[in-house]
Amino acid sequence: MYSQGLTDAKGQQEPAELLAAFQAKIDREEKIEPRDWMPDAYRKTLIRQMSQHAHSEIVGQLPEGNWITRAPTLNRKMILLAKVQDEAGHGLYIYSATETLGVTRDQLTDELLSGKAKYSSIFNYPTPSWADMGAIGWLVDGAAIMNQVPLCRASYGPYARSMVRICKEESFHQRQGYEIMTVLARGSKAQKDMAQRALNRTWWPALMMFGPSDKDSTHSAQSMKWKIKRFSNDELRQKFIDATVPQAEHLGLTIPDPELKLNPETGHYDHGPIDWDEFIQVLKGNGPCNKERLQARIDAHDKGAWVREAANVYQQKQQKREVA
Amino acid sequence: MTGQFNNPALHSYLLRLADTSLTMGQRLAEWCGHGPYLEEDVALTNVSLDLIGHANIFYQLAAELHEHPITADDLAFLRDAHEYRNPIITELPKGDFAYTTLKQYFIDVFNVHLYQALSTSSYEPLALAAKKALMEVKYHRKRSEAWVERLSLSTEEAKTRSQKALFDLWFYTPELFETDAAMDELFVQGVIADYTEIKTIWHQQVEAHLQHCQLTLPESGWVATGGLQGEHSEHLGYMLAEMQFLQRAYPGCEW
Amino acid sequence: MAEMKLYEVFIRAKSGLNHRHVGSLHASDAQMALLNARDVYTRRKEGVSIWVIEAEKITASNPEQEHEWFDPAEDKVYRYPTFYPLDKEVENM
Repeated sequence: MYSQGLTDAKGQQEPAELLAAFQAKIDREEKIEPRDWMPDAYRKTLIRQMSQHAHSEIVGQLPEGNWITRAPTLNRKMILLAKVQDEAGHGLYIYSATETLGVTRDQLTDELLSGKAKYSSIFNYPTPSWADMGAIGWLVDGAAIMNQVPLCRASYGPYARSMVRICKEESFHQRQGYEIMTVLARGSKAQKDMAQRALNRTWWPALMMFGPSDKDSTHSAQSMKWKIKRFSNDELRQKFIDATVPQAEHLGLTIPDPELKLNPETGHYDHGPIDWDEFIQVLKGNGPCNKERLQARIDAHDKGAWVREAANVYQQKQQKREVA
Repeated sequence: MTGQFNNPALHSYLLRLADTSLTMGQRLAEWCGHGPYLEEDVALTNVSLDLIGHANIFYQLAAELHEHPITADDLAFLRDAHEYRNPIITELPKGDFAYTTLKQYFIDVFNVHLYQALSTSSYEPLALAAKKALMEVKYHRKRSEAWVERLSLSTEEAKTRSQKALFDLWFYTPELFETDAAMDELFVQGVIADYTEIKTIWHQQVEAHLQHCQLTLPESGWVATGGLQGEHSEHLGYMLAEMQFLQRAYPGCEW
Repeated sequence: MAEMKLYEVFIRAKSGLNHRHVGSLHASDAQMALLNARDVYTRRKEGVSIWVIEAEKITASNPEQEHEWFDPAEDKVYRYPTFYPLDKEVENM
C-alpha cells in the first residue's frame, strides 16, 4: 500500500500540516479511508482496537458453541447456531476492515494464537448451564451493543461500515438471550435457579467488558479525539446498568450486587465496587478458561492447515492446467 | 392424496427423512467455531442450519400424522436410538475435514435426487417441503462436490485423507437406498420416490466424480444396514445423550 | 504457507440497483470466493447477485491526487441545469 510511505513508522516527525489537515477532517466528521494519509499512531491504534474486537468475536464463538449440540429444542438449536455463526461472520468483517490498514489475516491470526493479542475477557468464563446462553445474549451482547452502536460513527470508514452491518445483524442476539431468560424465569423452580445462577456468574464480568474505569484507562483521550471512541468506559457502563436493572426486575431475578440502588439525585443506579484485580488477572491469562479457549482456536487452526494448503495447491494446479 | 391421518407408514417415512437431516445437521454443527478457516466455518454452519431446518419441517409433518397431539421437539428429543430411523452413515462421528466433506457429498447428491422426486409426491405437504429443501441441497451439493475435487486433486496429504475417507465411508452408502415393505407401499401410492432409480443415478454421478477426482473405490468391507429398523451403530446413543440431555433431565419444561 | 488470496465482494441488493462493495474475504480460487461470499455476506437475503474479484486486480486512483483529479469538475457549473435561468412561464423544463 503506497500511502504507507508517507506515514512514519520510524519515529520521525510527521508533517504538522498533514496532521492538522487530518484532525480537521475528523472534526468535520468526514471519514478516513484506507489509502488516505493517516498518522502512524492512528493506524496502530486502529489495528489494535479492531483486531481485539475481531478476536473477541472469534473466541466469543466458543462459550456459546459449547451448547449448540445440547440446545433443548430444534428452534433454540437453530437460533444459537445462527448466532454463533454471526459471530464468526462479524470477526470476518472486522478482520477484513483491519486488513485495509496494511496487516494480513495471517498476521492477525498469529497474534491471537501466540497469545500476544488481547480479546474481551468475558469469553474466558465458563458456560456450565443452558441459562448461560440466555445470560450471554442478554448481558454480554447487550454490553457489546452499547459499545458498538457509537462505533458505527467511527472516523475510519471501513470500521464504521463493518459496525453498521454488525449492529444490524446483532439486533436479534440480545433479544433471543433475554427471551431464553424469560422462559427460564417463568419456568420450573430448577429453571429459575438456573437463570439466577447464570446471572450471578455473568453480571460482574459483563460490567468489566466496558474496560477499566476512566481514571485508569490509558488510550481513551486520544481515541476520543480521533473519534474511534465516542463515549468513556464509565459512561457506557452506567448506561448499561441503567438499562439492565429494570429488565432483571421484570424477570424477578436478583442482580448480585447488594449495593445496587437508584440514586434519586442523579437518576442513575449506584453500584458496588468492581473487582479490577480479577479483570487484570483474566486479561493476563489467568481466567478460568483462557487456556482452553486459546487452545480450541489453536487446534482449529492447526487441524485446518492441510485444508488451506490443499485449497491453494489445487488452485495453482488448475491455473497451470489452464495455461498448458 | 388426503386423509393421511392414520397412515403409520407415512409417519414413519417422515421420521426417516427428519432423523436423517437432524443427525447430519447435528454432526455438522460440531464444526461451528472449529472450522479450518473462518470463511469455511460460516459456510459449514449454513449447511448445518439448512439441514436442521429440514428436519424441523419433516418432524412437524410427522407430528401432524400422529394419533396423539405431539410436537416436532417431542419427536426429536424424546425418542431413543432404536426409534431413530436414519441410515447409519449420518450418525458417524464428524471425523476430519476430508471425511466430513465426502460424507456430506454422498448425502447431498442423494438429497438432490430424493427431493427432486418427492417434489411431485401425491402428498402435497411433503411435495411442498421437498421443493423448498431441494433449492438448498442443490447448493450444498455444489459446495461439497467442489471440495471433494479440491481435496483430492491437490496435496499428497489431502489426497491420502480423501482416499481414506472413501474407504471408510463407501460401504455405508448402500443403506441410503434401502426400503421396507411400508415404503414400497407408499411408492405404489405415489407418495414417495423410486429409490431404485435414485440409486442408479446416484451411482452414475458419484462414481464418475470420484473417478474424475482420481479416487479408488474399496473392494470390500462391512456393508452397513439396520438404521431403517432402528438398529444403529454405537455412535447414535452418545449423540442423543448429548442432544436430548436437557429435555431428559428436566422433563415437561418449556424452553 | 501463503495466505489465501483476498477477494473483494460486491452485491446487488435487488434488481434495478448497482452492485455495491460490501467487504472482502479470503479464498483460494474464484469459485470458492463466490460460494463463500454467498454464505458470509447474504445470510439475510441481502442480495440477488454477487461479484467477487481478486483485490490485487483492482486498479485504483491515487488518494494523494484526489484534488488534481476531482476538483476541476467543481467549477464546471454549466454542466448543471440550475446554471440556466428560465423565464417563469417555461419553468418546468
